Amino acid sequence: MSPILKLVVQRLALGVLLLLAASVLIFVGTEILPGDVASAILGQGATEQALANLRIELGLNDPPVTRYFNWLFGVLQGDLGVSLSNRRDIAEAMSVRLSNTLFLAFWAAIIAVPLAILLGLVAVRYEGRWPDKVVSGATLATISIPEFLLGYIAMYFLAVQYRIFPSVANINASMSLGDKLNAIALPVLVLVLVVLGHMMRMTRAAILNVMQSAYVETAELKGLRSFTIIWRHAFPNAIAPVVNVVMINLAYLVVGVVVVEVVFVYPGMGQYLVDHVAKRDIPVVQACGLVFAAVYIGLNLVADIVSILANPRLRHPK
Amino acid sequence: MNDELRYLLARTAQGKHSRRAFLGRAGALGLTAAAANSLLATAVRAAGPQKGGNLVIGLVGGESTNSLDPALAASQVPYTYLRTSGDTLVNTTPAGDIEMRLAESIEASDDARIWRFAIRQGVEFHNGKSLTAEDVLRTMQRHSDEDSQSGALGIMRDIETMRTDGNVFEVTLRTPNADLPYLMTDYHLVIQPDGGFDNPADGIFTGPYKWVEDQPGVRHVLEKFENHWDSSLGHVNSVEILVINDATARNSALQSGQVALMNRVEPRTADFLARAPGVTIHSTPGRGHYVFIMHCDTAPFDNNDLRLALKYAIDREDMVDKILSGYGSVGNDMPINAAYPLFDETIPQREFDLDKARFHYEQSGHDGSPIVLRTSDVAFPGAVDAAQLFQQTAAQAGIPIEIRREPGDGYWSEVWNVQPFSASYWGGRPVQDQMYSTAYFSGADWNDTRFFNDRFDELLLAARAELDEVKRKAMYSEMGMIVRDEGGLICPMFNDFVDAQNETVEGWVTDPAGEMMAGFAAVKVWLNNA
Repeated sequence: MSPILKLVVQRLALGVLLLLAASVLIFVGTEILPGDVASAILGQGATEQALANLRIELGLNDPPVTRYFNWLFGVLQGDLGVSLSNRRDIAEAMSVRLSNTLFLAFWAAIIAVPLAILLGLVAVRYEGRWPDKVVSGATLATISIPEFLLGYIAMYFLAVQYRIFPSVANINASMSLGDKLNAIALPVLVLVLVVLGHMMRMTRAAILNVMQSAYVETAELKGLRSFTIIWRHAFPNAIAPVVNVVMINLAYLVVGVVVVEVVFVYPGMGQYLVDHVAKRDIPVVQACGLVFAAVYIGLNLVADIVSILANPRLRHPK
Repeated sequence: MNDELRYLLARTAQGKHSRRAFLGRAGALGLTAAAANSLLATAVRAAGPQKGGNLVIGLVGGESTNSLDPALAASQVPYTYLRTSGDTLVNTTPAGDIEMRLAESIEASDDARIWRFAIRQGVEFHNGKSLTAEDVLRTMQRHSDEDSQSGALGIMRDIETMRTDGNVFEVTLRTPNADLPYLMTDYHLVIQPDGGFDNPADGIFTGPYKWVEDQPGVRHVLEKFENHWDSSLGHVNSVEILVINDATARNSALQSGQVALMNRVEPRTADFLARAPGVTIHSTPGRGHYVFIMHCDTAPFDNNDLRLALKYAIDREDMVDKILSGYGSVGNDMPINAAYPLFDETIPQREFDLDKARFHYEQSGHDGSPIVLRTSDVAFPGAVDAAQLFQQTAAQAGIPIEIRREPGDGYWSEVWNVQPFSASYWGGRPVQDQMYSTAYFSGADWNDTRFFNDRFDELLLAARAELDEVKRKAMYSEMGMIVRDEGGLICPMFNDFVDAQNETVEGWVTDPAGEMMAGFAAVKVWLNNA
């Protein structure tokens, strides 16, 4: 078996185990939280009788272990179940939210990843000179400002003052692609600013590291243009750490954007998860947790494989 | 008024001329802005509602867990969409009187125990079915039977039997209740075909707007139901409710014109928002109040002197200023204010009085150990700050209060109505009887001050059965005084509902029963740019 295939199989098996462990952790976590679904649904206005009725209907009187295994068997058969709080089909409701989240993450990534790498290359080319300082300083500033504040600033100027883009990024199925892109312009802008700094600085650091090598000196002595050296000789050898940081940021774009979702009222997974945690709606929280864990594990797997492919020593082990 | 102005006024009222341009022109012709505005408002009312358009509303208070099942509604977004798509038997007018909706007339027996609601004929559900008294009966059964999970269960439990008699829905109560029609205005009690037993969340009601799209926690779209029985409601073609839980996002959506109406303007930012062009703030004095509640049966709060000491040690004016930024009024340690019918204006206002606080504190013989007050951000907006203000003024009277900040998660199940001294809020009820029976009657479900007073209970039952308003008012006055002087409620303030609109919305009417014109904004306002 080729070493790469072996690695993928190993990682996938480990990933499934990790998912299982994550689902247990999430279940235990929601059990520890004070209050239960019934009191969370009915709120301050609940009577004892209404609470008792709802608990019976939702099956909350079963022991936690029974409820967990009931859920697990459902999932193994591809049934995520229905939400306890509004009895909607979870797979259906979540797929809409997940596709929205992926849509936003996709456009943010399409802009942020090439831009970050390009800026990283520019920073290396002009290391220590003003373009490097401007790029480093600006990305450091945007990564340091909390994202909700970036959101509000963007909103104030681009939505309220000049009315270029809408402040509410509410997309739905009936909108055309153009309308959707217009609607998500501000959240994409903010997300790009947030993830840019990390990726750009990692690219810069990784390439600078390689730039110390003897073969780069050889290339310089051959009289190659400095940008060619960086792009053709240094960057391919710095790809492993860059891919790693890109994957971490992609994962962040999928699972960590709840603040941006709230600020721009974007119907993604983050808000969906938070609402259901607040209601102790365990099946939904479990399903979201599984998806998030799967995204993390999957992207890390990709990062590992790419690092190996990019490194001939790992690709052809003796 | 000169001809030009008269012409412009008529054009503007019909929506053919921009409002801002009119105000500018009126200014040039020598009118003050206030005069021009009131002139315009009168003209607009005279021109009558304009039909058409898509009204977009930005609301806080929706979650992806919301359901269209009226029984499970508990927050602002479901409140508004149920009012928009459903009808109750009766409703309250802005003046607080009963208005007939799906009931055409009401008859009560002399002892106010048997109530007969004649159901309106020719009313159609959104699925084309006609409304019958049977639907009403089934709806009420679903909200009151033993298996019910309804938020309205508490107000339904005094019903002994219900039946239909032709097109009449008849209710027999265990104890007489002169206010029964007011209970029927509750927003959970919108009528569903066959009571919603088959599918409670199918969104089929009789209201002016029917469901098009329901994305809980994101967006709700409704369109005009052409066969609605009341043509005086429902001016816009469609209503779109966007769930915007973030206050700043709501403000900017209004300012950028993405929404025409919004709820819950934060008092802190209301003054800034009011300065934005075209934005009008509507502040509605309501019945909701922010409270600190003490359990009268738990030490040290079982001592009335200690309770009085704490009541005197709170600076109400300061709290209205700082916590509500002036968008509210001072409370008087009773859950009732002038927004209720039969309120007695002569009840003296409790003042901030450190000497009296000190005196009662010494009388109470409290051992000086810190009194633990539990609070949380979810208790009411600014509850943590309010607790700190309270702590400082109490310290001036020598009363040590220790603040314990609790997590918002689980506050309503673990702290409120469990711990002996905590911060909370009440949304108010349509009538005094309902407020008192919900939370101050000995046997009440939510007797969150553990208040057990025989004289009070006796008065409550007597007033409920009393059809003579003068006598009733006197009884309510005495009950108010009992709660104020002996109860476990510290009520520093009544909060206003603060909503806002932009310049495209006409026909706003202040209604003390709730925010967004008591939930009816979408069915009552119209757009001048339609």
